[in-house]
Amino acid sequence: MNTTLDQFTEVIHQAIARRRPLRIRGSGSKDFYGGAPKGEVLDTTSYRGIVDYAPEELVITARAGTLLHEIEAVLAEQGQMLPFEPPHFGPRATLGGCVAAGLSGPRRASSGAVRDFVLGVQILDGNGDVLRFGGQVMKNVAGYDVSRLMAGSLGTLGLILEVSLKILPKPKTEATLQFEMDETQALEKMNRWAGEPLPISATCYHDHVLTLRLSGAQSAVQAAQIKLGGQMMIAGEDFWRGIREQTSTFFRDSVPLWRLSVPSATRARLPGKQLIEWGGAVRWVFTEGEPNAIRAAAEKMQGQATLFRSAKKPLSVFHPLPSPLLAVHKRMKCAFDPHGIFNLGRMYSDF
Amino acid sequence: MKLDHLLKHLRAFLPPESILSEREDLNPYESDGLTAYRQLPWVAVLPETELQVQQILRLCYAESIPVVARGSGTGLSGGALPLKNGVLLSLAKFSRILHLDPVARIARVQPGVRNLAISEAAAPHSLYYAPDPSSQIICSIGGNVAENSGGVHCLKYGLTVNNILRLRVITIEGEVLEIGSEALDSAGYDLLALMTGSEGLLGVITEVTVKLLPKPTRAQVIMAGFDDIEKAGAAVAAIISAGIIPAGLEMMDKPAIHAAEDFMHAGYPLEAEAILLCELDGTNEEVSEEIKRVHDILQASGATSLRSAQDEAERHLLWAGRKAAFPAVGRISPDYYCMDGTIPRKRLSEVLRRIKELSAHFGLQVANVFHAGDGNLHPLILYDANQPGELARVEAFGAKILELCLEVGGTITGEHGVGVEKIDQMCVQFTSKELALFHAVKQAWDEKSLLNPGKAVPTLHRCAEFGAMHVHHGQTKFPGVPRF
Repeated sequence: MNTTLDQFTEVIHQAIARRRPLRIRGSGSKDFYGGAPKGEVLDTTSYRGIVDYAPEELVITARAGTLLHEIEAVLAEQGQMLPFEPPHFGPRATLGGCVAAGLSGPRRASSGAVRDFVLGVQILDGNGDVLRFGGQVMKNVAGYDVSRLMAGSLGTLGLILEVSLKILPKPKTEATLQFEMDETQALEKMNRWAGEPLPISATCYHDHVLTLRLSGAQSAVQAAQIKLGGQMMIAGEDFWRGIREQTSTFFRDSVPLWRLSVPSATRARLPGKQLIEWGGAVRWVFTEGEPNAIRAAAEKMQGQATLFRSAKKPLSVFHPLPSPLLAVHKRMKCAFDPHGIFNLGRMYSDF
Repeated sequence: MKLDHLLKHLRAFLPPESILSEREDLNPYESDGLTAYRQLPWVAVLPETELQVQQILRLCYAESIPVVARGSGTGLSGGALPLKNGVLLSLAKFSRILHLDPVARIARVQPGVRNLAISEAAAPHSLYYAPDPSSQIICSIGGNVAENSGGVHCLKYGLTVNNILRLRVITIEGEVLEIGSEALDSAGYDLLALMTGSEGLLGVITEVTVKLLPKPTRAQVIMAGFDDIEKAGAAVAAIISAGIIPAGLEMMDKPAIHAAEDFMHAGYPLEAEAILLCELDGTNEEVSEEIKRVHDILQASGATSLRSAQDEAERHLLWAGRKAAFPAVGRISPDYYCMDGTIPRKRLSEVLRRIKELSAHFGLQVANVFHAGDGNLHPLILYDANQPGELARVEAFGAKILELCLEVGGTITGEHGVGVEKIDQMCVQFTSKELALFHAVKQAWDEKSLLNPGKAVPTLHRCAEFGAMHVHHGQTKFPGVPRF
């Protein structure tokens, strides 16, 4: 493994010397996401393997190139899971890519996002130095929280080498229920139920059907089922996989797919085919609308719009930052990557 | 800048009662919860509006005057210790809950709002704010964000960082930044995570939006006594391995049990070497199911006594002993020093054994309370500040405990922050290159280093003088040699 690490360092040093930017890449399962990748590929897939896993400590540490599948299988053997239910978007998705993309799945609204479970990282910064932040413990406030900062930074701050994640036991029982209702009712229900002590672990609304998943002790799931009613769905697991991996029918479309992140009770909507997740906090919309108009609409909802999938990409895939925040981002980028070699333009064209 | 000159500038936008410069007015600000360190600020200001905060910061930036922000001053690491040549910026007047939305389950509050006041305001909607540091009656939410405060429910409900959505932050240049949003995520870097726990070094918080959670239908606590601390540790691992995530999981050792029992009469078993308090919460059905499983696990782990709270009164009583552990220790010793490190749980018995050895070496008694669920250890070192040289010995002992936490793969602070207290141990936890990155981050926000300078991140020069060796992967240079 050290030789791989040495190679990474060598590549970074050369990139600095030749002023040639690098494009950090795992399996490429999320190449579609963010600004178009540029630069020479730095492949992380050979830096792989689970470094440490103690089920009773609820922590797993693995190298960036480790397959998500492999990690999930090892956890499942011990009855545990990645609580943020990450989308893979490909058979060989890696842990490094998962953390760098910062994308979470259906369980997000109830359990938390990738960033909520990152406990520590080891990275190569833009000088090619190996740095370690955080650790393998749940409570740690020594130094700035660089570990969580890595989640969703799209490789622009450094090459993630190793990550420690908090994990949780798999729920003993899960059940998926469906209800027929309109969108206004569904938003009202999702928000109201989220404010009650119910074991709801995922929600999805599309085309007059609200689907929700209950997770927990068998007695708790049964009691909630009785309380909420609805139709029991047999193929619940497949349904949620389809939503998480965006393979369900809704996601089969060639029009640009926008992701709106909005306050969960927002009633307003964009014209276009829409699917709602995360208790109302995420709206997936297929629309050929003009990007600036979509962003303005999202802002009116106190939210933001990301062009999630599209054949053609505008200047900025992510919601533009107000100028004082953009200035902070540029300075942060410079602190981690002073020579500007990592994943240029993957997040914003300015850095 | 001369004092007269500074006061004149401040009076241009602050009412006279918001500016303090006389010694007797400044006295209340000379320390925070870490009272061993005291320093009067040059001037203290108590703005009431965000605009006033901006004006104060702009003035300090223009004149290169350091600024220390302060909430309720309950911090335990000296993070709000004033600077002799600096302005102390109190956010005490920012004490309003601006908006509480029971449907969206969020509250937008000013930084001076007390932690518990948020839960009290949310209670009519059967909602609450989860992080509950022991000082929650008085500590402010702004300070909680600055320190990333924890509490006894972190394993299940997370820290401050997991329970906030959005911040309004004023930079040292007086610019307003909106970080995060009322949605679950926003574009760009996760600056919300970066700000949380940044100990006032990056910006001044003027507004916090927190998440509110539904109150669990039921909570029940079970107490187990053990004749061996190792068995208690094994019981914790067994509970977690069984797939149960308790809402609270606390351990106390014999000296802590005795101090707490003498004070609160909670009915703790005095013969026990350790007790575990395990609280389960959730729906009625869930709690019934799990309390039974935990009971069986504790029994199988060799518990010598077991007691399950039969009602709310008994539950509160069992917790009362634990929650009063610090003041209880305060009754049996003139002074005590509260440490705060985190360790991987599996190393607990080893760490406690070595703390015992250190205790004998330094001739100072220790009582241990332990957030067993998340590995956060609070050894309380008993001492008498009136004995010459004793405080110095306590600090040396404390430093050894923190280094021990690092050696076993933990950290020097779980929830109290670095502040001025643990700044030297930062040299042990991080390499010079890691510290250099922290300084680069600081530069990105505060290039003149005016916000809370000298706290949280040591200069490389200081580390060189401290002469610490970096403990990497728990391997010191001479792992076989005992260290005291």
